[in-house]
Amino acid sequence: MLAFTLRRAIQAIGVMIAVGIISFSMFRFAGDPVNQMVGMDTSGAERAAIRKSLGLDDPVIVQFGHYLGNAAQFKFGISYQFRLPVSNLLMERMPATLELAICATIFAMVSGILMGVYSALRRDSWLAHVFQAVSLIGISLPTFLIGILMIYLFSVTLGWLPSFGRGDVVHIGWWTTGLLTWSGLKALIMPSITLGLFQMTLIMRLVRAEMLEVMRTDYIRFARARGLTTRAIHFGHALRNTLVPVITVAGLQFGSVIAFAIITETVFQWPGMGLLFVQAVQNVDIPIMAAYLMMVSLIFVTINLVVDILYTIVDPRLRSTVSGAH
Amino acid sequence: MTEPVLSVRNLQVEFASRRGTLRAIDGVSFDIAKGEVLGVVGESGAGKSVTGLAVIGLIDPPGRISGGEIRLSGLRIDNLPPEEMRRVRGKRIGMIFQDPLTSLNPLYKIGDQIVETIRTHLNLSETAARRRAIDLLAEVGIPAPEKRIDGYPHEFSGGMRQRVVIALAICAEPELIIADEPTTALDVSVQAQIITLIKRLGRDHGTAVMLVTHDMGVIAETSDRVAVMYAGRVAEIGPVQDVVKNPLHPYAKGLMGAIPTLAGEDKRLVQIPGSMPRLSAIPRGCSFNPRCASAFDRCRVDRPEPQPRGAQSVACHLYDGVPAESAA
Repeated sequence: MLAFTLRRAIQAIGVMIAVGIISFSMFRFAGDPVNQMVGMDTSGAERAAIRKSLGLDDPVIVQFGHYLGNAAQFKFGISYQFRLPVSNLLMERMPATLELAICATIFAMVSGILMGVYSALRRDSWLAHVFQAVSLIGISLPTFLIGILMIYLFSVTLGWLPSFGRGDVVHIGWWTTGLLTWSGLKALIMPSITLGLFQMTLIMRLVRAEMLEVMRTDYIRFARARGLTTRAIHFGHALRNTLVPVITVAGLQFGSVIAFAIITETVFQWPGMGLLFVQAVQNVDIPIMAAYLMMVSLIFVTINLVVDILYTIVDPRLRSTVSGAH
Repeated sequence: MTEPVLSVRNLQVEFASRRGTLRAIDGVSFDIAKGEVLGVVGESGAGKSVTGLAVIGLIDPPGRISGGEIRLSGLRIDNLPPEEMRRVRGKRIGMIFQDPLTSLNPLYKIGDQIVETIRTHLNLSETAARRRAIDLLAEVGIPAPEKRIDGYPHEFSGGMRQRVVIALAICAEPELIIADEPTTALDVSVQAQIITLIKRLGRDHGTAVMLVTHDMGVIAETSDRVAVMYAGRVAEIGPVQDVVKNPLHPYAKGLMGAIPTLAGEDKRLVQIPGSMPRLSAIPRGCSFNPRCASAFDRCRVDRPEPQPRGAQSVACHLYDGVPAESAA
C-alpha cells in the first residue's frame, strides 16, 4: 500500500516536471519578454540590464531550474497586465473556481447516481425514458448554450436568479466563499448546473450501464437466493460494485470540470481562474497562462493520485496482495 | 410416511420468446423427504437448474411458472407474494450455486455477508450473529474461522469459497438445500470434500437436499434417490441403487452405460446417438423417441406419463401393461 502510494507520487512528480517544461517553453516561444516590458525607445544597454536583472541571460537550463524552483514555492512571476504577482492573482481567484467546480461535481454525482440507479432498476418506466432523453441533451448541447438559455429563462424572463457574478462573499482568512450568503448561493445555482450537466449525464449513463451489468452477476443472484431485502441488494451490494468506475470517471472529470470552467466562467462572468485565464490570453499575459497551466495540471495530478488511493478503499482486491494466499 | 419437505407436482415453467412460448419444464413431479438427498441428473438444458430455480422462486422474466404447484412442508410457495417468498429464501430454502468464485460479493468481508444473511432471517444481535457465523465457518470446515471471518472472498481458494457459500446457505437452518452443480467448478480432490460436507450437513440437521448435477458419480456417492431428467420432463425416478444398477428408461440406460468403470476399461463406452432437442422443436409423443433404439409407433404419438414400477417410476411406453417382474 505504502509502496503503491509512493510509486504513484513519483509518477505524479514526473508529470509535473514535464508540464513545467511545457509552461516554461511558453515564455520562450511567445517572443522576447523584455520587448513586451519595455517601451520603443529603450536603449540596448537598458534592455541588457533588465535582461540581466531578470536572469534572462543565464543558460536555458539554469533559467528552467529557477523557474521550477520558484513554481514549487508558488512563485510564478509578475503579471504583465496587472503588474501584480501572479500567485496572488491566482490565489484570489481560486476559491471562486474551486467552489464552482466542487458544487458542479456534487450536483453531477448526486443526481447522476440517483438517476442512473433509478433508470437501471425501473428500466421501462416513463421517468427512466425522460432521464435518458435529458442525458442525451446534456451530452449533445454545448455548455455555453445551456448557460445562455438558462440565463434567458431564469434571469431575464423569470428574474429568479442573478445572471452574473458571485453575489456577496464572506472572507475566511485568504479564502472567499459564496456559500454563506443567500445571494452567493443563488449565484452558484446556474453556473454549477451548467458546468455539471455534462458530467451528470456521463455519470448517469455509466451508473445505469454498470448497474445493469452488476445485477446480472452471480453474486447478486446468490444474494437474492439468500433472501436479502431488495433494498440491501440494490444499494448494499449492487451500487457499491458500480462505484469503482464511477469514482474513476468522476475523479478524472473533476479536472476537466476545472478546465471547462473557463467557458462557464466567461458566460456567467464568474470571477475565477478561468476568467482570469481568458483575459490573460487576450492580453498575451504569459506568466498567468503558464501559471494557470501549472495549477490545472497540479490539480489533475493530485486528483489522479487521490482516485488511485480511493480505489483501494472501495475495492479490497486492490489492497496489498501479501495478506491473502494461504 | 410423514409429509415430504418438498413436494413438486406437475410443475411447468415457460419462457416467453420472440418466436412464441417455450416450455422449459413440462409436468415435473417429485418429493424430497426430511434428511433425504435427491439427485437430479440430465444433460445440459434438460431443465435441472430451472427446476431448482423454480423451487426457490428465482425464475426471472421472461420466464414464469405456468402450472403445477410446489409445497414446502405443506405450504404452497409457488404463488407466494414476492416479499413472503423472499422470507422463505435463505431462511427455509438455502441455495448453493455452481461457481463459488463468482457467488460471493468481492467487496465485502465474508463475515459481513454471513452476518447480513443471518440478521436478515434471525432476530440476533450483531455479536450473536458474528458468533454464529464463526460456528458456521467451523462447521463447514474452514480452519481458524475466527481469523478467516474477516477475510475477503479473493483471499480464499475455490474449495474454501464453496464452503463459505455453503455456510451462507445453511446459516438460518433451512429445511431444504438446493445445490446447483456445487462441484462442477472445483477440481476433483476438492469435489469429494464438498460432496461429503453437503451429505454430512444434510444428515446432521435433517435437511432435505436437492442436488442438481450432471455427474453420475457424485449422485451415486451422495444421493438416496435420483431423478433423471430429459427435455424438461422426469424420465425416471427411484432409489439410487435401483436406477444405477437397473435403469428402466432407455435414456437412463444410456446414461448409466456412459459411466466409465475401472473394471471394464477395454469396453467402449455406450454413447447415446444424437443430442437433446431444442425447446422450440420438441418432438411429438415421447421427446426421446428420435434417439431411442427401442422406439415404436406409439412413442411418436402419445406422450408417456410416469408410472410406478416397484420403487422406481418411469415414463416410457415399453412398460405399458408389462408386469413389474418380467421387465428389464
